[in-house]
Amino acid sequence: MDAILLQVLNGLDKGGAYALIALGLTLIFGTLGIVNFAHGALFMIGAFCAVSFNKLLTFSIKVKDESITFFDAYKEVPYLEVWWGDTGKAIIDYSVPLSILIAIPVMLLVGIIMERGLIRHFYKRTHADQILVTFGLAIVLQEIIKHFFGANPIPQSAPEIVAGSAAIGTWLGLSDNLVYPWWRLIYLGFSLSVIAAVFAFLQLTTFGMVVRAGMHDRETVGLLGINIERRFTIVFGLAAVVSGLAGVMYTPILPPDYHIGMEFLVLSFVVVVVGGMGSLGGAVSAGFLLGILQSFASMNEIKSLIPGIDQIIIYLVAVVILLVRPRGLMGRKGVME
Amino acid sequence: MTDIIKKHVDRRGVIKGGMASILATGIMPSILTSPAYAADYLNAPTGKTVTLGFNVPQSGAYADEGADELRGYQLAVEHLNGGGDGGMLNTMTPKSLKGNGILGRKVEFVTGDTQTKSDAARASAKRMIEKDGAIMITGGSSSGVAIATQSLCQEAGVIFMAGLTHSNDTTGKDKRANGFRHFFNAYMSGAALAPVLEKAYGKERKAYHLTADYTWGWTQEASIAQATEAIGWKTVKKVRTPLGAGDFSQYITPVLNSGADVLVLNHYGKDMVNSLTQAVQFGLRDKQVNGKDFVIVVPLYSRLMAQGAGKNVEGIFGSTNWHWSLKDAGSQAFVKSFGQKYGFPPSQAAHTVYCQTLLYADACERAGTHNPCGVAEALEGFKFSGMGNGDTLYRAADHQCFKDVLVVEGNDKSTSKFDLLKVVQVVPAKQVTYAPDNPMFKGGELGKCNPGKA
Amino acid sequence: MSKKDLSVEYSTILIFALAILTMPIWLSPIGAGYPDLLQKFVIYGIFAVGFNILFGLTGYLSFGHAAFLGIGSYATVWSFKLLGMNVIPAVIFSIILAGSFAALIGYITLRRSGIYFSILTLAFAQMCYNLAYSVLTPITNGETGLRVLKTDPRIFDHLFGRGQVDGPLLTDLFGIHMTGYPGFYFCAILLIITYYIAMRIKRSPFGMMLKAIKSNQTRMNYTGFNTRPYLQTAFIISGMYAGLAGSLLAITDPLAGAERMQWTASGEVVLMTILGGVGTSLGPVLGAGLIKYFENIFSSYNDNTLHAALSFMPDWLNDVLTIIISPFVGSGWHLTLGALFMIIIIFLPGGIMEGMGRIIQIFKPNKPGGSTKTASQG
Repeated sequence: MDAILLQVLNGLDKGGAYALIALGLTLIFGTLGIVNFAHGALFMIGAFCAVSFNKLLTFSIKVKDESITFFDAYKEVPYLEVWWGDTGKAIIDYSVPLSILIAIPVMLLVGIIMERGLIRHFYKRTHADQILVTFGLAIVLQEIIKHFFGANPIPQSAPEIVAGSAAIGTWLGLSDNLVYPWWRLIYLGFSLSVIAAVFAFLQLTTFGMVVRAGMHDRETVGLLGINIERRFTIVFGLAAVVSGLAGVMYTPILPPDYHIGMEFLVLSFVVVVVGGMGSLGGAVSAGFLLGILQSFASMNEIKSLIPGIDQIIIYLVAVVILLVRPRGLMGRKGVME
Repeated sequence: MTDIIKKHVDRRGVIKGGMASILATGIMPSILTSPAYAADYLNAPTGKTVTLGFNVPQSGAYADEGADELRGYQLAVEHLNGGGDGGMLNTMTPKSLKGNGILGRKVEFVTGDTQTKSDAARASAKRMIEKDGAIMITGGSSSGVAIATQSLCQEAGVIFMAGLTHSNDTTGKDKRANGFRHFFNAYMSGAALAPVLEKAYGKERKAYHLTADYTWGWTQEASIAQATEAIGWKTVKKVRTPLGAGDFSQYITPVLNSGADVLVLNHYGKDMVNSLTQAVQFGLRDKQVNGKDFVIVVPLYSRLMAQGAGKNVEGIFGSTNWHWSLKDAGSQAFVKSFGQKYGFPPSQAAHTVYCQTLLYADACERAGTHNPCGVAEALEGFKFSGMGNGDTLYRAADHQCFKDVLVVEGNDKSTSKFDLLKVVQVVPAKQVTYAPDNPMFKGGELGKCNPGKA
Repeated sequence: MSKKDLSVEYSTILIFALAILTMPIWLSPIGAGYPDLLQKFVIYGIFAVGFNILFGLTGYLSFGHAAFLGIGSYATVWSFKLLGMNVIPAVIFSIILAGSFAALIGYITLRRSGIYFSILTLAFAQMCYNLAYSVLTPITNGETGLRVLKTDPRIFDHLFGRGQVDGPLLTDLFGIHMTGYPGFYFCAILLIITYYIAMRIKRSPFGMMLKAIKSNQTRMNYTGFNTRPYLQTAFIISGMYAGLAGSLLAITDPLAGAERMQWTASGEVVLMTILGGVGTSLGPVLGAGLIKYFENIFSSYNDNTLHAALSFMPDWLNDVLTIIISPFVGSGWHLTLGALFMIIIIFLPGGIMEGMGRIIQIFKPNKPGGSTKTASQG
């Protein structure tokens, strides 16, 4: 029983992450019609916003360690700690959540520059051209990050107060073994709220209405005298922010390196397509579905029945769903078919 | 068709043909180092230089380790050519090296990117052999790549000095006459760790293995399970995880209910960083199971990867080939030259490849030739010391080095990113030595050395 | 087809053949004139030409073609292991096996189009890769890769008294070892043949049909025309091309590794084709060559070789240039490749072939460019 509850939690947690990563991608697909292979890079840049912010906060006084003679080793004390003592320490402790504040403007800027400088010139080009240019961009962005941060993963820690696990089992009067890391619970809550915010934005605001109209029929909206181009720029920026935030919040779970975006690229495409092209709701439900199925497929009982099932479950589910439902869970007709 | 072939088999003709344009434009000089033909072994050096091929990952997850390996190689070349302070050339015994290159020839090198993929690694090694005339290939950062390159070198007829490769198979069922390994292996990790684990955690333990689902993971899982079962531990479960799984939560939660009180992570590189970070987040280390503190063991450590896991490594046992904090003369000499040149301490990757390069050069000196068969003969059964791991034997039966292995622990009082690990025990070579026909290493044969063809 | 067209076709293939067979000479000055890289150029050329039959003609973008490459390689090594080191049965076996897998996967994936098709093919290839790396290790030898061992049965070798080999086991074509330059010429001849076949397919009624599917499938379906058999055939053919390429990879270097099937490998052939020019005959070959050149030559530069390469310059300029260039070579070769992708596609929407077309236009200002352009480039 505990085992199953835990896997449900794992599945929800994974699903939240998948949905959040896929959300930005499907937004760009649906509104702009762009196959964005640089989407993983946006996730990666978000993660490195957290890394850079942490580096900034822990900018340190370096005291040479005299006991080591062959090379320069330093004992580092961050300036923040020197200046503000415990307050400084607390600020550093909260560097990951605080870096959200930095990541939002940075990612918005990155998104707008990308759209204005590159993507907009590719709206009318073939998907093949879009793939090549965005893939090239992704490689360039990756290599730049590698140049400054190296190839090794860089650990980021969650604030001390939520670093451990929540004793869910004890609260519910179940087994003591039913524990779950606080940060993963926070991540789940965070992704649900971001998803809700994006939906609210698109459903409840005039801006969102225009964008949704543009998703359906771009020309007519243009004929109505609405500057759809500018709105598209903002949509791209928004997608970049969503992906970036997904990256920031994931850093305590997965120490980021320059390659992290590529690892999520294929997965986010699968989630978006299983959900159905151009459907936000589809991407979210596909994210949760795949997350939960993947968790259950990894259980030892199931693995012993079907060896290797946990390695392929995501793709297997994708194949089955696409064969049963031609346009994924909630895809619209005629979008990238 | 045969005519065409003959016309072009002769590389010199090809080179001559291209020579005019090279001289005219001055680009791409690399083909100027042409291999000779009239010799009884492949790529025999005729001029005043000898070319070595350094094949390391420069992109992908292990790029930082590859970069450190390259630093080790460059330092070795510098020392072989008589530059710098000589490093281990001053401490190695017995030593035939004179600091004037190898057999009087200046050492040059070419580099390549393995991308940690067998195909790319072999392509890169082939370029070094076919185009650059490399007489020895060395490098590698994963066992798959090392084994693939080793068998290539066997087929082509050059010496392969393995870099980072920890799988038993490299000198077990996939051993080759032209291949040599200085690095330790999974069996040695198990043999070195088990007594330390017994002392720290007792005989009554139940271990749960999470293992990367590929050949290296399996050999390590088998080695550690065997070694720990020999001290009385029970193995509760062995679970395979996909390579590069990223999020390991679905594999970690079953540990909570398994009744195990030890988690063994047979992961390396990024998998290790992620699974360890997440296991700690799940509060495994705060748990009490069977009245004992739950513990995690990471059998193969590297300092670079420990950096990726940050403070999660604190107090966790593992093994490593070498560490810069060792106090013997060889290690000190190496750390000194490396530190002065690059400003930070070398990793175990840099150390093992530095040693391999020196050992190769020394063997050439003793054999008086670069011929792979001569070099192999000189390396086989070679006993040496002063290279950081005490008295070492290059065993003739399987081309594996037998030397001291370090058991390390994540340092809970680290002051800089360089001392994340502290050495708990230097396990003597005797304790980690096994018979060549040990079941874990059975199945392969060295075969005959291959000097290639002219 | 008129006589004139035929003669243009023959001269095109003749020029192509000449260019391929003389590669060892004209690629030497840029450091690419050694057997292994030449083999890779040619083999990935075959892979890309085959991929282009599907993608270029029908517009169906498969993201899982590396699976067939891998299957071809495994089939070849197994043929060596079981039957013997002769390459003929290996090639045939690989093409048939890759073709059958393509028939099966195509039957399922071609039910969908557009990005749904792409993801379906991707899913199949990833499943192949993940399984080959782990649970299928008894068949694929997992991470280490499948190799020929001396203990393997090699039935025909033993039958003809060639079972005991002293040195390494080499693949052969009736006594000629398929390593080094002979291996290259073997692959090169196969490239020329397959290139010619691809050219004929493109110009045949079948090829016209495929192009019609690309321009408007819906309309074709409305006219009561069933497009599926045509797509299925194209998919199988391009799968067989990939199988052949995989087989040749294993012939020139008898090792088959699982990472050949990873999505990055599938992505690579997509990039090769787009980079060279989708739908053009020669483009994919050029794209393949360019990417492999970067992977093998740019990655091999380090500061020493750069210094040596620029040694004809004054010292100060040499140092400055080395500092400027070094981030883009060696470990930075990916950066150059990525930047190259962007530059080419931003300025040349049709890839390299587009650029070559423009250059030809400049040199032939008075002639009507269109028809001569396509003819001279095949």
